[in-house]
Amino acid sequence: MYDSGKILTGLIIFLLLITFPFWYNLGQASYEPPDLVLPEDSQQCIEPTQWMRTNHMELLNTWRDMSVREGLTTFVSTSGESMEISLQKTCMDCHTDKVNFCDECHNKAAVSPYCWDCHIAPEEVANGQ
Amino acid sequence: MDNNRRTFLKIAGISAALGLSGGIPLSLQAYTPADVEYVPTKGQITGKRWGMVIDTRKFTKPEDFQRVIEACHQTHNVPDIQGNEEIKWIWTDHFEQVFPSSSNPYLAERYEQQDFLLLCNHCNNPPCVRVCPTKATFQRADGIIMMDFHRCIGCRYCMAGCPYGSRSFNFSDPKPYVQNLNPDFPARMRGVVEKCTFCAARLEQGQMPACVEASNGGLIFGDLSDPDSEIRKVLRENFTVRRKVELGTNPCVFYIV
Repeated sequence: MYDSGKILTGLIIFLLLITFPFWYNLGQASYEPPDLVLPEDSQQCIEPTQWMRTNHMELLNTWRDMSVREGLTTFVSTSGESMEISLQKTCMDCHTDKVNFCDECHNKAAVSPYCWDCHIAPEEVANGQ
Repeated sequence: MDNNRRTFLKIAGISAALGLSGGIPLSLQAYTPADVEYVPTKGQITGKRWGMVIDTRKFTKPEDFQRVIEACHQTHNVPDIQGNEEIKWIWTDHFEQVFPSSSNPYLAERYEQQDFLLLCNHCNNPPCVRVCPTKATFQRADGIIMMDFHRCIGCRYCMAGCPYGSRSFNFSDPKPYVQNLNPDFPARMRGVVEKCTFCAARLEQGQMPACVEASNGGLIFGDLSDPDSEIRKVLRENFTVRRKVELGTNPCVFYIV
């Protein structure tokens, strides 16, 4: 085998580099889910919590299209409950604390949705902005 | 170790089985609601072709206009910006601006001095919809020309296309210019075009448009396709004109002059 020394050294450097994120984080604190302030007066979201956690963004996208483009403004959930399709009137009615609910996860996951550029969060109303 | 095809397949099979067994509980947890439904809201006001009649005889004092404009702008979080960055959904202008092709010399004094209410004409043949590259502006089956602010890229083709100047562009963030935010309706962000939506959101809640409610009978809103509707009765009994019909956009806002 020719140049085995060079090849092996190269391979080792390559492996070290590609696995850098793994060993760099060794011994550091593991991911902690953020501490959310959940709505007090409601026990259950419109769909099971686990599902909402994974899919709320897709649900909101569908809600947007159904409401704005199709004119279908009522959502009937799997439990048969009907509700108005509205971020401000339905979602934010329970989740009144955007800073301690939405932002907590979004900041941690470094996701910045632009919903709030237009839609009005409850605390904005409370602050009279 | 004797590495042959047989041992390789064994190892591959075992590791695949292990991998799968780790995956099964997860995939069972992931649950997709298949039986959700999207339906129209109960009590929704529906029509086949919405239109509006503006009875200009009932708009004489500045307060008459102000009341209607404020009702609309308050409901829809329309910012109050002065100057050339102005945003307007419903506004007023003089006769020669509103009806440029019908404006004669020696016009009756009444028309010369009176203001006229203007809003999106919700044309049957809307140029704004035709030119919108992203379909952010679209026409619903009931004739309402809707804005999907999520899709608007702010190219302003629609503003160039609209012969009525019914559209406004948000040159800067409009939120600081809204006096009392109405939390039931979204505001807009910088870089989108906005306009009157015939209160599509209110119709879905079973309410008449905000301007119609505030107009004390000066504005008549209804279904043009229904011969028994109030708007058709008003149109039968009064002489009405429309703005710039010669352009072929077929506007659905009528003026009793």
